[in-house]
Amino acid sequence: MISNRLERCIYHNVMLFLAFMATVFTVFIVVFIIGYVLIRAIPHVSWELLSTKPSYINETIGLLPDILNTVYIVFATLVFVLPLGVGAAVYLSEYAKNIKVKRTIEYAIESLAGIPSIIYGLVGMLIFCQYMSLKTSLLAGALTLTIMNLPTIIRTTQESLDSVPISYREGAFGLGANKWYTIRTVVLPCCIDGIVTGCILAVGRMLGESAALLFTAGFAHKLNGFIDALSSSGSTMTVALYVYAKEQGRFDVAFVIAAIMLLMSLMINYTAGYLSKRIQRKRLVK
Amino acid sequence: MKNRIQQDFTDILAKGIFTFLGYLNIVFVVVICFYLIISGIPAIFKVGFTDFIFGTRWASTAQDRAFGILPFILTSVYGTFGALLIGLPLGFFTSVYLAKFANKKVKSFVESTVDLLAGIPSVVFGFIGMLVLVPSIQYVFDLPDGSSLLAAILVLSIMILPSIIKVSIGAIQSVPYEYELGSLALGANRVETVYKVLVPAARRGISIAVVLGVGRAIGEAMAVMMVAGNVANMPGIFESVRFLTTAVASEMSYSSGLQREALFSIALVLFIFIMAINAVLNLVMKKRGKTK
Repeated sequence: MISNRLERCIYHNVMLFLAFMATVFTVFIVVFIIGYVLIRAIPHVSWELLSTKPSYINETIGLLPDILNTVYIVFATLVFVLPLGVGAAVYLSEYAKNIKVKRTIEYAIESLAGIPSIIYGLVGMLIFCQYMSLKTSLLAGALTLTIMNLPTIIRTTQESLDSVPISYREGAFGLGANKWYTIRTVVLPCCIDGIVTGCILAVGRMLGESAALLFTAGFAHKLNGFIDALSSSGSTMTVALYVYAKEQGRFDVAFVIAAIMLLMSLMINYTAGYLSKRIQRKRLVK
Repeated sequence: MKNRIQQDFTDILAKGIFTFLGYLNIVFVVVICFYLIISGIPAIFKVGFTDFIFGTRWASTAQDRAFGILPFILTSVYGTFGALLIGLPLGFFTSVYLAKFANKKVKSFVESTVDLLAGIPSVVFGFIGMLVLVPSIQYVFDLPDGSSLLAAILVLSIMILPSIIKVSIGAIQSVPYEYELGSLALGANRVETVYKVLVPAARRGISIAVVLGVGRAIGEAMAVMMVAGNVANMPGIFESVRFLTTAVASEMSYSSGLQREALFSIALVLFIFIMAINAVLNLVMKKRGKTK
């Protein structure tokens, strides 16, 4: 009896300790990554690095083209992915009646979410760069990212569409509005928050993406306007990080980019968290 | 009257557009499959199926060329398995702690750090792995080069943590409260209740977490490319290795002819792996729906 008791006591403490240590270790990893990057990056941050383009004559490196390319590609992708994603979500939650069709489409979306980015990069290269002859360009990269991020947008939009009470729609129908008018004026405005959250999550994914962009958007560091940039090759921040770290051995620049990426993802997490909290509160009020 | 007709027209038009957008997702998947199969099949036949899948030598640019991808397949399998071996216990215990033992403040803090971990781009993982893990492995095990399967496994095990932790927390928390009360009433202490009652009850959800982790690990390219050394060796823990993903990524930019076709075939093999994982995932989820 006593040994049993002792055994249980040991079990209790060991298992509790394991769980606690695992948590501490997980937090330690995150803190270590962030701390390490920030500490190594801070000495190299300079306004010049962030605001110029690389020059072979002066042998300086500037990140401005990469920063701009990232902004361009995120913007272009959002322009494509928003209508496609929101539209598909509206179809799935408002129009689709045949359960089999709905299941098939949802399975397709799940499959899209599961495909690794390197395969997107390859297929994007085949379809957009070669078949549609866009060459390696930001536009090809943006189109690839569009398909990659569809699942994120569709899922979050669908969730918020489903949370709009049926009575809203019934009210609108009762007043004589047809389906499209109801969706446009009643349903969609109610889920703006959800769509915005989806966008932010998608932007986070786009910023972090590199494997899919390597072959579709290329590595060039040229400083371009928006329209020119779309049709020419350009590296985003993550691709630039890879090139500087692995191929040119410029760890100082790579650290600065890594620090910027971390800060961005920190901001994105914070905003997404804030928004979803606000949505929950709104729902409680209802 | 005219207004009415116009409205009906836009209604029908809207319905058409939305239906199109819904079906478009199926089109995307079909097109991706189609392109991968079309461009992946030829090389497999040219090299020969068994030579391609079970060949142990990959020398795509050498004089006497060989296209055997067994090293890549085995590396991907071992790498994923190794990442699970480390990442699963770590993620599992963390999620148990967060779901049942931690107080509210600790929980929300740790959860936000896990979210942060999920948001870190894969190149950053690869970069830190390259600068921290690789030299330390080289130093600790006294190797000529630290870029190895071990480094890749360690990086992958950290990268799969967020999905494992998040899904497992959800699974453990969704176990009905009565189970917990029943177990406590029978005299089990809290720790026993959690490990012997709640975890077994949540095992399906945890298995979903495992499958998700496998999917993420097997599809990861950039981080692995920066730490695994990228040589087409048969896998060994301290060997410099190449995964299915990195095999595609590392040669794509300068490939041509049969080499290029073979790379597409590798992508096809990887795609089949992923689709199999998706199918398993779907199966587990369906079963879960039924038992509930």
